[in-house]
Amino acid sequence: MSPIVKLDQVYKSFGSNPVLKGVSFEVAKGEMIAIIGASGSGKSTALRCIDRLEHIDRGSIEVCGIRVDDPAIDLKQLRLEVGIVFQSYNLFPHLTVEENIMLALRHVKKQSRSEARETARRVLAQVGLEEKAAAYPEQLSGGQQQRVAIARSLAMSPKVMLFDEVTSALDPQLTGEVLRVMEDLAAGGMTMLLVTHEMAFAKRVADRIIYMHQGKVWEIGPGSMLDDPQTPELRAFLDNGL
Amino acid sequence: MKYHLDFSALLPYWPVFLTGAWLTLKMTIVAVVCGVCVGTGVAFAKRGRNKLLARACAAYIEIVRNTPFLVQIFLLYFGLASFGVRMPTFAAAVLAMIINIAAYAAEIIRAGLESVPRGQIEAAECLGLSRWRIGWHVMLQPSIEKVYPALTGQFLLMMQASAMASQISAEELTAIANTVQSDTFRSLETYIVVAALYLALSLLIKLITGLLGKVLFKRRRVLRQAAARAGKPAPFASQASVASHGGAA
Amino acid sequence: MTLYGSFTTTHLLYLVMAIGWTLVLSGLAFVLGSIAGFGVMLARISPRPWLRWLAMLYIEGIQGIPLLILLFIVYFGLSVYGFTLPSLVAAGLAMMVYVSAYLGDIWRGCIEAMPKPQWEASECLAMSRWQTLRLVIVPQALRLSLPPTVGFLVQIIKMTSLASVIGFVELTRAGQVINNTIFQPFLIFSLVGAFYFALCYPLSRWSETMEKKLNVANRQA
Repeated sequence: MSPIVKLDQVYKSFGSNPVLKGVSFEVAKGEMIAIIGASGSGKSTALRCIDRLEHIDRGSIEVCGIRVDDPAIDLKQLRLEVGIVFQSYNLFPHLTVEENIMLALRHVKKQSRSEARETARRVLAQVGLEEKAAAYPEQLSGGQQQRVAIARSLAMSPKVMLFDEVTSALDPQLTGEVLRVMEDLAAGGMTMLLVTHEMAFAKRVADRIIYMHQGKVWEIGPGSMLDDPQTPELRAFLDNGL
Repeated sequence: MKYHLDFSALLPYWPVFLTGAWLTLKMTIVAVVCGVCVGTGVAFAKRGRNKLLARACAAYIEIVRNTPFLVQIFLLYFGLASFGVRMPTFAAAVLAMIINIAAYAAEIIRAGLESVPRGQIEAAECLGLSRWRIGWHVMLQPSIEKVYPALTGQFLLMMQASAMASQISAEELTAIANTVQSDTFRSLETYIVVAALYLALSLLIKLITGLLGKVLFKRRRVLRQAAARAGKPAPFASQASVASHGGAA
Repeated sequence: MTLYGSFTTTHLLYLVMAIGWTLVLSGLAFVLGSIAGFGVMLARISPRPWLRWLAMLYIEGIQGIPLLILLFIVYFGLSVYGFTLPSLVAAGLAMMVYVSAYLGDIWRGCIEAMPKPQWEASECLAMSRWQTLRLVIVPQALRLSLPPTVGFLVQIIKMTSLASVIGFVELTRAGQVINNTIFQPFLIFSLVGAFYFALCYPLSRWSETMEKKLNVANRQA
């Protein structure tokens, strides 16, 4: 079975500042991978490179058989396979929750208005927010907005979903509702890649954890890896509770 | 020397005045609608990837905003005439107004576009939306709501600038005032009446654009009603505006 | 000496001298308009409702009519009441009224942008309203008011072109006079436009630079 996501010796610098120094890993279908590490370790950058929000300097990234690093590829094809949820939700403030979800369904997947609405209602029910369909983002709490953002990406039926520190901007009591949605998604068989600081969640739910340090994959293993770190860097990271 | 104000001499000219007011209104509306469309294009072009086009747009905006509208009208009307291009005065006036308002609208809209957070554009890109769709749904739509007050301000300024079209004998309210006062010799009364008419037009436009704003911007209406139901103070209550330091002249 | 077509250095000199008059009228309008505008601003923020209302009507009224019409009213108003004054006076008067309404409104906005705690602190120090304004509010509002005031100065310079309609020989009128003799409107009005640009553009940039600095300062504050 070919992996859904495959990174091979990826290098990336911002100007003269090298951020990724040879990152390689694979994600199989249905796997949930958590990427942890200190700030500056390159984890968010690696995630953004997968959806071509950043261009890599060297190496290759493959998603569902599409070579992301190839400048000639059809970006739209890539973005149909990959869903991404951001730390700052990035909902469109002038559209209602429902319209936020329907926008891409209608204009990218060319669904009719009624089809799009049905899909929107379905994914909203999945994240537990059907009654908020006609509300505007600023009327919702942070946790609710993030769940809408997840629904919006989910509605496009991606093959893999990326989560970039999606609970870091939330109050602790709102974090739970978002993590619950993500756990349900994983249980449903979605391939997920998340950059997170929620260690307990990662250990419990992720199939594998990748610890990144200074732009490289430092350690990789199942959740139990966090109880028994092999390298001093991971030990220091866990001790600091970063 | 005593002078007695006598407005009665102007009474028979009421229909003429109203025609003038209507012409001014028509001229301004056409110019504003076209000008804002052109201005939107210029705003996008100025932020676009073609550096030559962007710099040309920047030069166009600076030239229009730093020269008097009267000189722009003269340049357009008499300048083109000297090259053999003759156009009706109404069209020339409207064209000059479009060129003028497009420059101011471009700056206003550009400010709105730049206030759209980068993250929302990234989210839209990652949903697979094309650049045109992103430009319209994610950038322009929320921007129009934000810059609507500034745009309506420009609308009002442009209506007053239209008075300058009288200098190339275009048919609008001021030109008609000039005719009436030379007929009746009641110059002061004529211009006072015309001033009142311009004021009335201003109020009319403020009213219409205000209502239009309430209808178009559903989001604000919904949020206002929700706040009212919850007994909270209304959001978007009058925003004290530091007067715009741009003007259509 | 012929420069282009029938456009001679004499013509060029005539234009350049007219710039002087544009500057004179602009300066007059700005100075008189500022003094009057300050008064308008004070009335607009007065604790007495009738004064506030009067100022608001004045501002809304003047802002609702074209400067050209205001110019005609002052010009014809002066002449029918028997005053035969040079067009500079009529233009200056009309522009003073116009500028006072706009500057008064701009400055009112700046004063109102000053945070309420500043007023409260001064009150608690037993300062009178006038003292508070003079010593606490205005000095701070001054910084905020510089970019829009300089920006409006650009407007004033452009507006002086209207004085040409009542015969005052400033830059635009000079251009018209020359054009009536040699009929080269494209060259003449392009030149006239370029002169205005040379006057206005530096002020516009200055206003923009000040505004950027202000925004940076506000973010750091």
